[in-house]
Amino acid sequence: MSQKILLNETEIEIILHRLACQLIEKHNDFSESVFIGIQPRGTFLAERLQQKLERDYQITEVKTGKLDITFYRDDFRRSKKPLEANKTRIDFLVEDKRVIFIDDVLYTGRSIRSALTAIQSFGRPKEIELLTLIDRRFSRHLPIQPDYNGRQVDAINEERVKVNWKENEGEDCVYLVNN
Amino acid sequence: MSELSVDHLLGIKYITKEDVDLIFKTADHFKEVINRPIKKVPSLRDITIANLFFENSTRTRLSFELAEKRLSADVVNFSAASSSVKKGETLIDTVNNILSMKVDMVVMRHPNPGAGVFLSQHVNASIINAGDGAHEHPTQALLDSYSIREKLGEVAGKNVVIVGDILHSRVALSNIFALKLQGANVKVCGPKTLMPKYIESLGVEVETNLRKALEWCDVANMLRVQNERMEISYFPSTREYVQQYGLNKKILDSLSKEITVMHPGPINRGVEITSDVADSDHAIILNQVENGVAVRMAIIYLLASKIKQ
Repeated sequence: MSQKILLNETEIEIILHRLACQLIEKHNDFSESVFIGIQPRGTFLAERLQQKLERDYQITEVKTGKLDITFYRDDFRRSKKPLEANKTRIDFLVEDKRVIFIDDVLYTGRSIRSALTAIQSFGRPKEIELLTLIDRRFSRHLPIQPDYNGRQVDAINEERVKVNWKENEGEDCVYLVNN
Repeated sequence: MSELSVDHLLGIKYITKEDVDLIFKTADHFKEVINRPIKKVPSLRDITIANLFFENSTRTRLSFELAEKRLSADVVNFSAASSSVKKGETLIDTVNNILSMKVDMVVMRHPNPGAGVFLSQHVNASIINAGDGAHEHPTQALLDSYSIREKLGEVAGKNVVIVGDILHSRVALSNIFALKLQGANVKVCGPKTLMPKYIESLGVEVETNLRKALEWCDVANMLRVQNERMEISYFPSTREYVQQYGLNKKILDSLSKEITVMHPGPINRGVEITSDVADSDHAIILNQVENGVAVRMAIIYLLASKIKQ
């Protein structure tokens, strides 16, 4: 197994900053906007962006939730590994809200397809956008594209993009892993 | 671990502590799901489940049906009263006929002990035992343990007394297996005539004095006297049973500590427990019913994930 660094801590910081600015540019007023981090790994990015808006731009009204998509996936009984669920925590209604799905890596688009179904259990959002740190373009199985994008990556199928967060792995870094 | 060690849920004695932990962890997620504005997930949309009830049931059948529907499974219901069983069809024939209509999973309640095990050896479907005679009722035991875990934090180390008709109770047997598996201390309490012989060999203690049992326990699981399974008289009168083994508010208030009261239902109010106990804060009877749906969703989901495409 070999791996190379795609983004280091400084580059991630710059990208988070840019994504925060793009969100402000688009949303301006966040009172009707909610962040939904896709479990398991999109939640770290969602919390980071929320903190960034709070600390650097004094935008404190953004609500953040965590959405687990396990029971909505289309590979139940099809994947080799049994699916393991994570916690869903959405303490607010998404009815008529501007929802921003946040995930670390956009690959086939199937997770986001599941998330689009899952979020309906919490109401009918006014609109849904997608923000990803890494977009593995040319790997999509479904017509899904991000609205906000950290970095586009061209990777072949055997390769895996791994996003490490300080909260979990003790470092901010994005690797391209070759199995 | 993220997969059950078994392909069927036939009884608690066939599963492991890890299976129980996995079921509870999954049930936690489903409990969150059934408290959402929309209480349904699409996981089992390509699974068909037959509920075969050869014995009466209200709560268990409703609970299973709700669990199945909230997982988006297709459900067919069958009750023996209105079926060809009355015309002399055998169990295997009945089930094979249903399975040839492409059913993936069978939830079965049957008056004969071991009916689930027998079926699992002869038909090609995942079987969930919803009660087989006086043998086992595994989903009830799991939802009981889940409710204890929810109320008291954990099951291990807790003192649980099961009171009443132990002899005819599948709930008692499954509960003993489940509680021992998770490291709880278990006593059974009731008239000697309603105690099975050699019950101590399951690692439980017998106590015939209700007050002593209640003083010892953290949780009291009050069972119904199953008159329908009694061909002879096991105690002189209901009145005498109530005096010795009925739980009322007076006894509960006189105890030196607060205990949790459970009941698998249906309650005979005024017999095993009085109304003021059943409706008090001590009782978690309705929590048990709510948890029943979440736990059954978890069991069905985990078993369905093992059905090959």
